[in-house]
Amino acid sequence: MMLKIKNVHKRFENLEVLRGIDLDVEKGDVVAILGPSGSGKTTFLRCLNFLERADRGELIFDGEPFDLHAASRQDIARVRKKTAFVFQNYNLFLNKTVLQNVTLGLTVAGRMPRHQANDIALRALERVGMAEKLNSFPSQLSGGQQQRVAIARGLASNPEIIYFDEPTSALDPELIGEVLSVMRQLAREGMTMLVVTHEMDFARHVSNKVLFMEGGSVVESGPSGEFFSHPQQERSRDFIRSILEARK
Amino acid sequence: MTERVWGILVDSFPKLLKYGVEVTIPLTVLSFLLALLIALLVALIQYAHVKVLKELCRFYIWIVRGTPLLVQLYLVFYGLPSVGIVLDAFPAAVLVLGFNEGAYMAETMRGALESVSKGQLEAGYCVGMSYIQIMLHVVLPQAFRTAFPALGNSMIAMLKETSMAATITVMEMFRQAQVINGRVYESLALYGEVALIYLLFCTVLSWAQRFGEKRLATYGGGRI
Repeated sequence: MMLKIKNVHKRFENLEVLRGIDLDVEKGDVVAILGPSGSGKTTFLRCLNFLERADRGELIFDGEPFDLHAASRQDIARVRKKTAFVFQNYNLFLNKTVLQNVTLGLTVAGRMPRHQANDIALRALERVGMAEKLNSFPSQLSGGQQQRVAIARGLASNPEIIYFDEPTSALDPELIGEVLSVMRQLAREGMTMLVVTHEMDFARHVSNKVLFMEGGSVVESGPSGEFFSHPQQERSRDFIRSILEARK
Repeated sequence: MTERVWGILVDSFPKLLKYGVEVTIPLTVLSFLLALLIALLVALIQYAHVKVLKELCRFYIWIVRGTPLLVQLYLVFYGLPSVGIVLDAFPAAVLVLGFNEGAYMAETMRGALESVSKGQLEAGYCVGMSYIQIMLHVVLPQAFRTAFPALGNSMIAMLKETSMAATITVMEMFRQAQVINGRVYESLALYGEVALIYLLFCTVLSWAQRFGEKRLATYGGGRI
């Protein structure tokens, strides 16, 4: 087991957002985290990377336990080193070019020589089809292009797992495809991914596991084939039906 | 215009300009640098929510913005000696002008820092950077770009406010005009002349401001 997540709790003031979430992730898994808005999916993902501090919970990463509430600064740095995070609204560094966006973490945080970082960045940008735009600034790119650069930025640090927080939700419909196809490619190459998404096709055809959440709890989790063909819970059936109907 | 007045103007121009270049401009530059340093510090303390220091910063801004510059100059130069703190006129002026404008510029910088999206910080954390590294490489450059026009305005305001230093005996350009006028009694001509020189200085500054704005990185065009 590469990643074992146990009993994650989080409360914002009086609102209990996460009520004990568990999840097991094997190397190479692509887990789709589904659920209606407000179900706590994004908060769950953010807690795993300490962008949000959980009130309780444990993360066992490659056999090493981390306390999601009380992790030290060093622990947080260790976890973040093994992971990458792709945001809904890309969050590219606006004052940096495409190339600099990908190298900044390597050269500044990792103290890597510039030429070496450039090589790595170039390869990462080639993987997402953005090597032509090295010297463009984020403001000169479409949303889809920005998100692909953000994925390259994540790939550059050679992470063991990539977290995606609704990576296509801010995109115009015609730009969603290019980002999904990059993610599909990564999945084929065996990248481990946790994806909060509303893209049912992606969840059904690319992910191999589904975590369906509602109201801060896990309603159902399991292999995605089974989830879509034989959902066990009434709520899961309703959710799948409502999504399919919304599409018509 | 009589020949006498014309003669006075021609005579006084190089003298005024000399004090302008040798005193008013250095006074402006030094005060501005001090103000910038204070503004940066005060803005960062507030942005990072440093306890206690943050309250101290609000207190400083409250005091400085709530009292007149002229009164502050008098307090420091004429008031402080009675508690044993005696400053020369020029350093006293730099100190007061710097602390005064620093309070306004701190608010400018704070606003600019806060206008940088929180996502920039989060993205920085996720690629392994520390808070300080993110501030240096990502947040501060963007904030400076945003604050640049307002900081330029502060510098122009400061250049004019240096004339107040005349009231605490700093022999700067306006004080020099007063001295010359004391001999020749041509207020309209002399103060008009010194006004024109201030206007000239400010015009150059606003050109520099506009030039700087164009030259500064726009990060691919458009507002950031």
